[in-house]
Amino acid sequence: MSKDEEVKPPWKMSVNNRDAFGQTLLELGRENTNIVALNADLSGSTKTSVFAKEFPKRFFECGIMEQCMMGMAAGLATTGKIAVPSTFAVFATGRVYDFIRQSIAYPKLNVKIVATHAGVTVGGDGASHQITEDIALMRSLPNMRVVVPADAIETDRAFKVVVKEPGPFYFRIGRSATPVILPNEYEFQLGKAGCLRDGKDITLAACGVMVPQALWAAEMLKKRGIDARVLNFSTIKPIDKDAILKAARETKCIISCEEHSIIGGLGSAIAEQVVQEEPVRMKLIGVKDCFGQSGEAEDLMCAMNLTAKDIAAEAEQMLKK
Amino acid sequence: MPVSERRLRELEDLANLARKRIVKMICKAKSGHPGGSLSAIDIITVLYFHAMQHDPKRPDWDERDRFVLSKGHAAPAQYATLAEAGYFPVEKLDTLRQMGSDLQGHPDMKRLPGIEISTGSLGQGITVAVGMALGLRLDQKKNRVYCMVGDGECQEGSVWEAALAAHHFALDNLTVFIDRNELQIDGPTEQVMALEPLADKWKAFGWHVIEIKGHDIGQIVKAIDEAKETHGKPTMIIAHTVKGKGVSFMEGSVKFHGNAPTNDELTKALEDLDKTKGAPS
Repeated sequence: MSKDEEVKPPWKMSVNNRDAFGQTLLELGRENTNIVALNADLSGSTKTSVFAKEFPKRFFECGIMEQCMMGMAAGLATTGKIAVPSTFAVFATGRVYDFIRQSIAYPKLNVKIVATHAGVTVGGDGASHQITEDIALMRSLPNMRVVVPADAIETDRAFKVVVKEPGPFYFRIGRSATPVILPNEYEFQLGKAGCLRDGKDITLAACGVMVPQALWAAEMLKKRGIDARVLNFSTIKPIDKDAILKAARETKCIISCEEHSIIGGLGSAIAEQVVQEEPVRMKLIGVKDCFGQSGEAEDLMCAMNLTAKDIAAEAEQMLKK
Repeated sequence: MPVSERRLRELEDLANLARKRIVKMICKAKSGHPGGSLSAIDIITVLYFHAMQHDPKRPDWDERDRFVLSKGHAAPAQYATLAEAGYFPVEKLDTLRQMGSDLQGHPDMKRLPGIEISTGSLGQGITVAVGMALGLRLDQKKNRVYCMVGDGECQEGSVWEAALAAHHFALDNLTVFIDRNELQIDGPTEQVMALEPLADKWKAFGWHVIEIKGHDIGQIVKAIDEAKETHGKPTMIIAHTVKGKGVSFMEGSVKFHGNAPTNDELTKALEDLDKTKGAPS
């Protein structure tokens, strides 16, 4: 048994972020009658069905017409509604990119796009449904802000902030149950990276399902005498420049960890700050410019080197140099 | 509501005045889309000066009707109309497409009061109009949503998504015009990608369909009245128009879909428009 396998994962339970989102949307819907939800034949999967059941008049089933759904969301927003269109991430971004660009981001409308089933952890559906370019697409759009919650607690807290904050958002969650790593009293701050573990030797900067992996990796590294800082970049845009520069100055090297292409995602967003302000060495852990395949989420994460072990190994390697 | 003969002539004069301003501003900008602006202007004139409830002094008035120019490249037609209605000074039309101007090449709602949604990428405005109609109905408002799509624009698949949705949601507060000028950039619509039988298609999608001559002010007025009286379904007004209408050398010309007239051509265009009717430019 290797040393790593002796280190237990630092979480007790896993909860589905989609369920958390569904409940939060329902809760917000009870408080604010201006919230409307739209859906493209996937309300059971995106969990907007919970909202639909209680507020049928404020729920718009758009059928398999994602383009029309985004346009309708924009139109509803012009009448003072907070529009929440939701579908799988692959359809919520790539399929409708121009609608988001022209009719939501450019006019800066109050539309909160909630994308579920993002990344390779979609699993069995395979590459056609595993989008790993969505953050890149959304991040490069002017006026668009991008939030990727790490667990069910953050899904709830962050979505409440997103709904209060005027303007367009891209809110990305996955399909699978995700380890709960944040405490109940957690407060989400838009544009701020959360420091989950302080450390001086290296910074592990993660988002989404990679946050628990980074925390686990930090535990493994501790056994090897490496003191890793773990930052949760749940807001990818606007990126927390201060946290990045502080990490660069204090730890001298950064590893970004994301369940997304290393082209254009969190790693790129961090690198954009680092190279301009505080050049230090970086490694980008993520999907390496390739499509996924069918399989169990965990097996896919292993195959794509997106595990705690991979992060720990990369960190150790980086510090040897 | 029916209009008097005198009011019809006034509306014709307003449209003719707008035509002069359209060709002038596009000539000055040295780029723009005169053909589709001139084919659309009679309808847009009737909407702003007869049919729609709106207040140029309060562009965000809650009780206003909405107009969505889904064929955003006809922006000069909407700009000329908004200026005449009093949304902004007529002199501003000279700034079309210039750096810093509120009069962008395609309508920008963030810059110009009176624009309900930014458009330009075809096939989107009509889907936004569906959302507007739903939002107004949700608030139990009586306001109506008007939208204009190009005929070539109907080649965008999303137009037919909107067609399904507007019928599905029984949006009788939505009236859409097709500016059926039969031409698009690469040639006649029927050669580029055939649309006919266009009226049958919209009927099959469950819309109330009216076909009119799109430069006949009386027919436009009547069709809008019919739309207001139509319950339980959206109305499609297919307006048969002439691209470049009113300027002899632009009529039926693909060249003037997206090309500005030269100074000499402008002089000729204004002569043509003076000959027809309308107030002096």
